[in-house]
Amino acid sequence: MDTSTPTSSSSTRRHRRTRRGLALAAVTVLLAGVTAACGGGSDADSGDDGGPITLTVATFNEFGYEDLLTEYMDLHPDIKVVQKKTGTWEEHRDNLYTKLAAGSGLSDVEAIEGDGMPAILEEADGFVDLSDPEVDGRWLDWKQAAGTTTDGRLIGYGTDIGPEGICYRADLFEKAGLPSDRDEVAPLFESWDSYFETGKEFVATMPDTAWYDASKGVSQAMINQLEFPFEQEDGTIVATTNPEVRDVFDTVTSMQAAGLATNLDQWSDDWVAAFQKDGFATMACPGWMLGVIQGNAEGVEGWDIANAFPGGGGNWGGSFLTVPAQSEHPEEAKALAAWLTAPEQQLKAFEAKGTFPSQVDALDDPVLTDQVNEFFNDAPTGEILSDRAQAVTVQPFKGPKYADIIAAFQNAVLRVDQGQASPDESWDTFVSDVERLG
Amino acid sequence: MPSTTQLTWRQRLSRWDVRVSPYLYVAPFFVLFLLVGMFPLLYTGWVSVHDWSLLGGKGDFVGVDNYTKVFGDQYFWVALRNTVSIFLLSSVPQVLLALVVAGLLDNELRGKVLWRMSVLVPFVVAPAAVALIFGNLFGDKYGLVNAVLGVVGIDPVRWHVDTLASHVAIASMVNWRWTGYNALILLASMQAVPRDLYESAALDGAGRVRQFLSVTIPMIRPTLIFVVITSTIGGLQIFTEPRLFDNVGLGGSDRQWQTVTLYLWELGWRIRDLGTASAVAWLLFGFITAFALLNLVLGRRLSHLHGHAHGRGLGRRRR
Repeated sequence: MDTSTPTSSSSTRRHRRTRRGLALAAVTVLLAGVTAACGGGSDADSGDDGGPITLTVATFNEFGYEDLLTEYMDLHPDIKVVQKKTGTWEEHRDNLYTKLAAGSGLSDVEAIEGDGMPAILEEADGFVDLSDPEVDGRWLDWKQAAGTTTDGRLIGYGTDIGPEGICYRADLFEKAGLPSDRDEVAPLFESWDSYFETGKEFVATMPDTAWYDASKGVSQAMINQLEFPFEQEDGTIVATTNPEVRDVFDTVTSMQAAGLATNLDQWSDDWVAAFQKDGFATMACPGWMLGVIQGNAEGVEGWDIANAFPGGGGNWGGSFLTVPAQSEHPEEAKALAAWLTAPEQQLKAFEAKGTFPSQVDALDDPVLTDQVNEFFNDAPTGEILSDRAQAVTVQPFKGPKYADIIAAFQNAVLRVDQGQASPDESWDTFVSDVERLG
Repeated sequence: MPSTTQLTWRQRLSRWDVRVSPYLYVAPFFVLFLLVGMFPLLYTGWVSVHDWSLLGGKGDFVGVDNYTKVFGDQYFWVALRNTVSIFLLSSVPQVLLALVVAGLLDNELRGKVLWRMSVLVPFVVAPAAVALIFGNLFGDKYGLVNAVLGVVGIDPVRWHVDTLASHVAIASMVNWRWTGYNALILLASMQAVPRDLYESAALDGAGRVRQFLSVTIPMIRPTLIFVVITSTIGGLQIFTEPRLFDNVGLGGSDRQWQTVTLYLWELGWRIRDLGTASAVAWLLFGFITAFALLNLVLGRRLSHLHGHAHGRGLGRRRR
């Protein structure tokens, strides 16, 4: 029976998990418990006639909206905006679906993570069509397409995208006898082959440090370079029959066997701790990850970012803003979402939290291109990430079950990392997991 | 006006008051229970026999299909195994430990109140916070517990990989939270044991341990049964601790610590199939009821035997 459009958890997407993020998640779980006990949804008050309108904006992780919302309230004295922040997308999504099902309690503007968007498009009736000639063409084509239903309703306004570079520890590279300057390092990351070969060289001289942070991150990056990884456009699930997916799985597990991986679960406590312990030397690095690294590796010197990504380019993560149909002020909410996702505002969010803009006009703005990141050895991160965004040639097709399948895939990779199963056994479990999703 | 009885209006009112009022006094509880206890229970049963998606709502009537689907899903059985294992690892040591702690607190101690209140501190700490702290302690590679084990020369334990190790870690969170709470309940009933029983036992030559086993435990039997049953119910519904044991929330790469409640939650909120999730809820309900009844019978019998072996029963049988 197929009664739902599942997306399941995966730690693969954009949670900028730092310790603070984790604490936030915990607090959210607590609050969820408390509000559930109280019935919840009491704060959606509105000034009925004439009084100021209260709009709520629900986000997860860091969107960099704090100052922007204050600015918006200054511009619109009759509107009060309240932000509800959640630690991770998973918590945010669980809450979102519960209230979507209940038919009440959602905020006026709800943020949606990119990989979760296909499943949300299946529930398009629960959201306001945000199509507007004014915003048409504001975003990169593929970004706008990802927020649009097949019958042409624009459900989500794009916020950021996640063009990936490779972040690396220049100090450890030096110790291992590798080039450490970011321009000299870049050629080593041109293809997956050269990336892995360099890795083997590295671990031969530095046995206590792994080459990359987690197999999950590498497999995520490789999957994001496939055109139809798990599903076809007509909804056929090809995850377990697609030879490209099996290739990714075999590559990642054989590199694990070669000792390149930390064998840690990405986003776990151990993974967070590994930043402080020289646990690994490189990682796939979308713009929003810079903040995560900086947070987890506080006090560690030597991080840098190379203007290269194996196999061309890759995009990991990036979000949308939606307006649920249950909002009492859909017009005002839409206006707010449009304002927040305008290039000028997204640039400010980028300055605040590193969320790389998905808006065409923002991409060649000096605010973006001139940005330099002190923590990453004064790397011109704005310029590098812009180049990385240009290098993205393939946008994987993500259907409604994408999030569930990638979660199962990541678990399959993790089982091999942990020595729970041989690659073949783990793949078989993945096959039955996908079948179970229906 | 005068009816067959000679009672005045006021007297009749007073008689009704005596008869009806007690029911009215307890009614709020039952009304509330019907509303928030009975109704959801029955409604869950109704949902469980339908195709029912979280967002799409009610679909076709499918009879027991959802139940057969659950029975056919290997992860349900894994979850059941994990639940029982975590339950045994938590409830059993928890009740025994609570009994010992309560026994110790029952003595005349300096700063009694302080001791008694401090055992309750873990209970006041939010489970999510406990999960965070223990998550750090039980890190596989850089965790504190493994660091300490390393000092004594024990190999690091893979808390998030090995099934039993993950159960021990989760059970320790549960125990940390509930032992003190149960100890206080047991202590309260220990305080109600008449002190002259201990004097008689002492005169008969019973030491402290013997007194505890032969006087205290038989005397607090009803409370002990209560504690066993509530910790059974709680133990079989463990959710927060395994949910927060990693950040994915599905109970590990190989479902090493996915409990039945976590499995239910995966079905309902991740796969968004409320029908099947409700079926799991009913199965869990039945399972817990069976377990609680079993416990009740066992608990009765055990402490009965105890009473007979060491107390008056023994004397009577001898006669």
